[in-house]
Amino acid sequence: MLTVLRDAKARNNAIQASALAVVVVVVVSLVVTTHNNLAAQGITSGFGFLQRTTGWDIPFSLLDYSIRDQYWRVLLIGFLNTLYIGLFSLVLATVFGALIGVARISRNPLLRIIGTIYVEIFRNIPLILQAFFWYAIAIHLPPPRRAYEFGESVYLSSRGVFIPSLNVPTWSIALIAVLAVAIVATSLVLRSRRRAAGVLVGGALAPWSIAAMIAFVAALVVLVVREPNSPLLVVPVLKGLRFDGGLRMIPEFSALAASIIVFGSAYIGEIVRGGFNSVNRGQLECARALGLKPWVVMRHIHLPLAMRAIVPPLGNMYVWLMKATTLGIAIGFSDLFMIVSTSINQSGQTIELLLLMMAGFFVINYSISSLMNMLNRAIALKGYESDAKVSGAEI
Amino acid sequence: MSATMMPPPGASLISRWVVALFGTWLDRAITLACVVLLIWIVPGFIDWAFVDAIWSVDEAAQCKPGRGACWAVVDARHRLIFFGLYPYDEHWRSALACLTVVLITIVSCLPSAWTPKRLSALWIVGVAVFYVLMRGGVFGLVEVTTDRWGGLALTLFIFSAVVLLGFPLAIALALARRSELPVIRRMAAFFIDLTRSFPLLAILFAAAVILPFALPGWLQGDKLYRVIVAFAFFFACYQAEIIRGGMQSIPAGQEEAAKSLGLKYFQRIILIVLPQAFRNSLPSTINQVVITFKETSVVVIIGFFEVMASGNAAFGSGEWTHAYVEVYVFVALIYFVFVFSLSRYGAFLERRMRVGLD
Repeated sequence: MLTVLRDAKARNNAIQASALAVVVVVVVSLVVTTHNNLAAQGITSGFGFLQRTTGWDIPFSLLDYSIRDQYWRVLLIGFLNTLYIGLFSLVLATVFGALIGVARISRNPLLRIIGTIYVEIFRNIPLILQAFFWYAIAIHLPPPRRAYEFGESVYLSSRGVFIPSLNVPTWSIALIAVLAVAIVATSLVLRSRRRAAGVLVGGALAPWSIAAMIAFVAALVVLVVREPNSPLLVVPVLKGLRFDGGLRMIPEFSALAASIIVFGSAYIGEIVRGGFNSVNRGQLECARALGLKPWVVMRHIHLPLAMRAIVPPLGNMYVWLMKATTLGIAIGFSDLFMIVSTSINQSGQTIELLLLMMAGFFVINYSISSLMNMLNRAIALKGYESDAKVSGAEI
Repeated sequence: MSATMMPPPGASLISRWVVALFGTWLDRAITLACVVLLIWIVPGFIDWAFVDAIWSVDEAAQCKPGRGACWAVVDARHRLIFFGLYPYDEHWRSALACLTVVLITIVSCLPSAWTPKRLSALWIVGVAVFYVLMRGGVFGLVEVTTDRWGGLALTLFIFSAVVLLGFPLAIALALARRSELPVIRRMAAFFIDLTRSFPLLAILFAAAVILPFALPGWLQGDKLYRVIVAFAFFFACYQAEIIRGGMQSIPAGQEEAAKSLGLKYFQRIILIVLPQAFRNSLPSTINQVVITFKETSVVVIIGFFEVMASGNAAFGSGEWTHAYVEVYVFVALIYFVFVFSLSRYGAFLERRMRVGLD
């Protein structure tokens, strides 16, 4: 008996050792071959190239950039661009998705049908086709002089979409975003701690007070950094052949954002609908039988229960949509992937650049999934913590 | 014994609709808003798409921006969209090949085909037929190299090859991730999670552009095959997690019972675990297949002439540059037909499999 056991163990060890050996050999030979091939082209490995100047331009940048700038700066810009378009699209996709989801479960049949048509059309067409489509639309818009105008403040033209903007430096917006995330994360941690201690939620940690806190911090930052003696809100104005002031969203940006928002909101609408439908009907009927008003049933029973089914797939969708920003390369938006692939073409530092891109996506996706998992824990019923996790950046 | 009481007759469909549409002031406001939205969009769309549309190439001169849809572009360029740069005289082969893939997909949707043997035989034979038709060089067919494949046929080839290669790989990965051997388990988990944290585009780009540096010359093969293999790996990593989920919902007692009956590892897997795991994971599997079909469009970025790219080419030159909306709507329609029918089928299966579980 003992010899059999030892044999099985030995066999298992042999299998594992040989599998490990095969993997190690494959990986080492890949790396060595790449290194040799690159060395043959006169490319030395290492991250020294980050200090070299690029010599090429990019169409869109949040920071100042010129072709004399160095590689690390262009990669940082790519990272920020991905983050910028990703967050912008995710926020709007969530808002529209929530509306679509609610429309799909509304008791008004007309509204339901409209929601269904929207979801079925935009969910079943590849994202890249939608990006191409919006890009073709965006560059065929009329020139600034004949731009489509909405309320003398929003203009759609072939030079881009112009919207009013706050007269504050860009970094202060980033600061507000970071502070808002910090406030939400802290409140979620506090909330799940209090939950664990058996305290019911409310008071300073209610959603509206968190929103008020964020609004207060945002107002404070804006007041501190705003330029004195100039209007806070800048509206774009037509000057000659172009617009002056306001925020310009170039066609590449608006097209990619539009496609992610439309496609994402169709999916998020389905997630929201699924979440609301997953709530046990008996619980809702029970609440109504107790004489609670429809709004109270929605706010205190239906929504909190639905949230538990919504958050995990929503987090996965966020991660997916973040990765989908790489389609920017198809229409020429300079996201992280486009900048990395241009850098690979120009500098040949293949392995290093791939590692940097991996690191960039890991940071973004890991932050999203941790935040969503935190939210998931904070709203979980005590004793009923689900093992549904947001994945996509597990390593 | 108590007499069965039928529930009281409910309100008729019409009166329920009337209440839902006009019951309260809020209902009326929502209905009004919906009607306004529909009046704003639907008549304009119908005018554009049908009433004012130009259908045939002969009247193409009347196509003007701002008027009706210029479907003449589809009339003129549909061969380009469907077949890409495939030799004109051999287009029937490409069409037949597309039909083969559609047929095997339909047949594998029938429950009577759902045995591992039949499914794998069907797909291996189907893809082989497709390949012989497209590639030629035998049975008196003119040889057409893969760099001239294009349009819908290329999309379908990438799709079916990815699914065919990806499935066995997914099973292997799922089994490895559940293995009792810690090294194997960790390596599989690391590989799956690493792949899943990458955008598909980055992986395909690496396969097309970077892999030639990393592989010795004899292993490089054609760019198309490198991309297909990489895509299959990507598909397998997602599909492996789905199959693993299906395996986890099988009660542990079943495998223990099989073990105590003296069944060997592969007997347990093939006879007990996999059939149930497949059944459990069928809806998510179809979902994944649908997503994969949509994502084949990404290969346009790394320079393949599939249906998305041939769509771009269809209005890219000459007299059709104004007809970009029409071409995109047409290509979208092609995708929609495939994706929508597959996802409807998935929804049908899900309902069918819930019978007896509720």
